[in-house]
Amino acid sequence: MTTATTSLESARTPAKAAARRRGRRDVLKHLGLGAFVLLMLYPLVWMIASSLKPDHLILTEPGIIPSEITFDNFVEGWNALNRPFTVFFLNSLVVTVGSIIGNLFSCSLTAFALARLEFRMRKLYLAITLVSVMLPMHVLVIPQYIFFSQFDLVNTYFPLLVPKFLATDAFFIYLMVQFIRTIPRDLDRAAWIDGAGPFRTFWYVVLPLMRPALVTTTIFTFIWTWNDFFVPLIYLTSPKMFTVPVALNSMVDSESQSGVGMLFAMSLVSLLPVLIFFAVAQKQLIRGIATTGLK
Amino acid sequence: MAKRSLLNQGRAAHVFLIPWWLGLALVTAVPLLASLYLAFTDYNILSTPEFNGLENFERMFQDEYFWAAVRVTAVYVLVSIPLQLGFALLLALILDRGLRGLAFYRSAFYLPSLLGTSVAVAILWRQIFGDDGLVDRGLSLFGLELGSWLQNPSLSLSTLIVLNVWTFGSPMVIFLAGLRQVPEELYEAAKVDGAGVVRQFTRVTIPLITPIIFFNLILQTIGAFQTFTQAHVISGGTGGPANSTLFYTLYIYQQGFLNFDMGYASALAWVLMGAIALITAVHFVLSKYWVFYGDD
Repeated sequence: MTTATTSLESARTPAKAAARRRGRRDVLKHLGLGAFVLLMLYPLVWMIASSLKPDHLILTEPGIIPSEITFDNFVEGWNALNRPFTVFFLNSLVVTVGSIIGNLFSCSLTAFALARLEFRMRKLYLAITLVSVMLPMHVLVIPQYIFFSQFDLVNTYFPLLVPKFLATDAFFIYLMVQFIRTIPRDLDRAAWIDGAGPFRTFWYVVLPLMRPALVTTTIFTFIWTWNDFFVPLIYLTSPKMFTVPVALNSMVDSESQSGVGMLFAMSLVSLLPVLIFFAVAQKQLIRGIATTGLK
Repeated sequence: MAKRSLLNQGRAAHVFLIPWWLGLALVTAVPLLASLYLAFTDYNILSTPEFNGLENFERMFQDEYFWAAVRVTAVYVLVSIPLQLGFALLLALILDRGLRGLAFYRSAFYLPSLLGTSVAVAILWRQIFGDDGLVDRGLSLFGLELGSWLQNPSLSLSTLIVLNVWTFGSPMVIFLAGLRQVPEELYEAAKVDGAGVVRQFTRVTIPLITPIIFFNLILQTIGAFQTFTQAHVISGGTGGPANSTLFYTLYIYQQGFLNFDMGYASALAWVLMGAIALITAVHFVLSKYWVFYGDD
């Protein structure tokens, strides 16, 4: 009896000690990681703090906490260019929403055909889609520009939106094909027996079940399009058509007049939609990258 | 019956694939061939393209800006990718083993990846590394007076390398997902055989995640070759000072859309694509020697 208890106790103490040791190691880990998080996010925190400081304090006051808080940078920055940022935000919104609709429409149609329908050369099509993911856009952009300029479509949103409606973001096709493959085929067969053709099967059976893939596509299309700079820079020539990144860039060019504080304030505002999306959709985002390697 | 439905499916498939077909033809294939043709012409968008043989490619060899762009891009890829992936793997390993608060750290480290290619963050970087910026002021505490990194040709590229390393979060998330797949039994077995933490890492963890390392390497390398926004904003579109941030894509942009020398720009773009294809192919060939795809 006594021997039993002692052996039990001695078995418990090392376990406890190990747990305590692990607890202490975790505290150290958390301290280290916390410091690293702070270092990583410090630039962003500095941007927020600086946007709230009057211009003369930004580069002279080293600390994060402003000795004087002002919202002037936001008010003045909003109107620093010839047009208020409202215009650029609306432009970005039009382009972003258009791109999302385009990608959802074209990529889901394509993915359904590639994942579910039987036809010759299906494998070849799938291979083409995968290879086109790796194709650098810089090889295509010059002829595309010439093409659009011949139809007098430079300085419109067509060059930005048309490719999205033509299933050219192959990443999302790949993502959706992978997802559709996880949906049981029995559901298609049941629909077929009930007399549904491919279109009705797609619309009423597969599309509703694809929701997670559609959500991921929406999130990434939003973030990529919102941040996109190269394509709008090339096609949008008049300031009234500028999206937010192009407008911000033109503000840099006139930095001497607009001042650092305004630049910070407008940069921060331009990131807000992405930050909000991130806050709301973190889980899907992380899952999306983990499963497909999207950025 | 079955045959009829199959025919039906084939016909339906072609309807479903109409957008894809149009995109493949108009947005991808035709432009691809057109740019291949333009690469052998002199073309300024106003007049008709004039065939000039290999002139564009010969010009590249003489073009000091071309070589500057090649050097800048190569240094950027060779330095920033190993650092970025190293950080990503290190942090993934630290976070992997049942640490509380994983979701928080993962999100915090991932956030820079989302913002890293935006104009806003490039503007922020200009201020951080500029005159009297965070870095300048921080270093002056230690008696180092480097001034603006952006005006200094030997430092300006490193600001962009730091920016790319800063976005290690997205490969980290992919590493974390990969580490989850390593079966716990293998660690147990290694422990029983007397392997310490280091041995477990080099003999179990690393071999099993080599496919993920390979995947990240390919993805990040292809992305890094195409860096544009950051370089454009940091240098005000010039690639300066002294061409030290003249990224390859920035040079294509300057030639194609500022000088409207579209023949030459197309030739430059094809060289870029050739380089990316070649490097990807080399990675795939080399992968046979170090990537472990299980026993099958």
